[in-house]
Amino acid sequence: MSGCRVPYRVFTERQYYDREQENIFKGECWSFVGLEAEIPQSGDFKSTFVGETPVILTRDGDGSVHVVVNRCAHRGALVCREMRGNRPNLECVYHQWAYDLKGNLIGVPFRRGLKGQGGMPGDFDMSQHNLRKLRAESVGGLVFASFSETVEPCRDFLGPIVVEQIERIMCKPINVLGDQRQRIRGNWKLYAENTRDPYHASLLHLFHNTFGLYRSTQTGKALMDANKRHSLLYSIAASNDEAADKQAYGDSRTFDTEFKLQDMSLLKGRQEFADNITLVILAVYPNLVLQQIQNTLAVRQTVTYGPDEFELVWTHFGYADDDAEMQAIRLKQTNLIGPAGLISMEDGEAVEIVQNAIVGENRAESYIAMGGGRAEDADHLVTEGAIIGFWDNYREMVGFDLEPA
Amino acid sequence: MVLPSLEQIQLHHVAAQLNALHAELIDDDRLEEWPDLFEEKCQYSVISSENHNRSLNLAAVFCDSRGMLVDRIVSLRRANIFPAHSYRHVLGPTRVVSATEKSVTAQTSYVVLMTRNDGKTSIYNSGKYIDEVCFAGERSRFVSKKAIFDTHLIDTMMVRPI
Repeated sequence: MSGCRVPYRVFTERQYYDREQENIFKGECWSFVGLEAEIPQSGDFKSTFVGETPVILTRDGDGSVHVVVNRCAHRGALVCREMRGNRPNLECVYHQWAYDLKGNLIGVPFRRGLKGQGGMPGDFDMSQHNLRKLRAESVGGLVFASFSETVEPCRDFLGPIVVEQIERIMCKPINVLGDQRQRIRGNWKLYAENTRDPYHASLLHLFHNTFGLYRSTQTGKALMDANKRHSLLYSIAASNDEAADKQAYGDSRTFDTEFKLQDMSLLKGRQEFADNITLVILAVYPNLVLQQIQNTLAVRQTVTYGPDEFELVWTHFGYADDDAEMQAIRLKQTNLIGPAGLISMEDGEAVEIVQNAIVGENRAESYIAMGGGRAEDADHLVTEGAIIGFWDNYREMVGFDLEPA
Repeated sequence: MVLPSLEQIQLHHVAAQLNALHAELIDDDRLEEWPDLFEEKCQYSVISSENHNRSLNLAAVFCDSRGMLVDRIVSLRRANIFPAHSYRHVLGPTRVVSATEKSVTAQTSYVVLMTRNDGKTSIYNSGKYIDEVCFAGERSRFVSKKAIFDTHLIDTMMVRPI
């Protein structure tokens, strides 16, 4: 029988989660940690996570960007206790051990003793006690980090399709508009599925279908990188044909010709891209989605908190050269996305209704076959192929074969 | 000390009552009556203190007309898919910050408790309202309401007005 099957245990059992932390987030992968535009000035920093490990993203005086583990080399305290800010160096409050913005230890109080007493031993070598440094690379203004010394360069890990899409949206300087945080009671991989899924988008989200923001009848594609772990969904709203689409969708709950807005200014937009593409969902393995929905632009970072909880950190942005009208358009269209988003809020429920239904299920499996049941590109939007690509990679990195707990 | 004037007491009463009604209509699921608490040309935004304190105006919910408020309610009733839940607002005292001939600016702390299908009540969202209330017409209405919330982590989603 064709189709991909995923045992539900991978969403609920602690052992899969622990192995993911090791094999994915500390393994041969690049994790998204933030936008360069969040740390524009020298001394700027932001706290975030790679997997469960707290890290600090910094901009050094020489303009370079660094990612270090947020843990003092002394006795393990959090060095940075704020979400973001600007500092000339990093200093642990406990014993005032000081590190430069690259993570090098530069100061240890009482290193040579105090009033002739105490001090560190003679063989104490500061250069052996830096903050643990991750590799950090920026692609189009998106910063990625990895614990691995052997993973290929980030641009290669992403592949040409992903890099091209990043550069399409990040084509000019951006302006961060703000953050939103959505705490979802489900496994992070359910969101990875959801964002690789053009099949659900017009069937779950009434706003997408009824207002023609996205329909599976649109001109668009579902593509993957060569390794099939990342996914690009894109579509063109101008390809809508109201009559034909209505016919195709029949009585679907989400194609609701009776549903009308009193104030249509919510949907007012402006064509921004010469290619006419109005929706891009770029799901980058393992923890990032870069999106364009009409005139909303955002990154969504997944932060894991155990097998049945994750946080989606939304960072919304516009372009530095947006005029006042464009700024107003983006502000209003933000009502469509984020945790209160008329479209996006529903993905939170989609994840949770799976997590709730698979509790304690250590035998049954899902069934993924729309579009043919293989990890294949499609030049249409009626497929689950990219979801299968995700699982093929997961099976390689983590496996489905752990003994039932 | 100088005791409040009758007018000051009346202004405070108007602002506090309007906030109490706002909470009551939402909690009692009388959402269709809620937009009428706002002027036609109004502003309603729900924004994290994380953004507000950085002088960023990216809000979870941003409406600049009564029509948009109606649309949010119709969307909740007919369009959006979300876990069943109910709210309970608990409001702090309303304090009038300033007053003009026709309106007052007032501030009120709030907590929204949420109860889902499992019957557990949790603290869903806590923050403060900064309101501009107009009392020039036949009834008082919000010209603007800004809910600045401390609870950066939005539990699953936000569909009902804060």
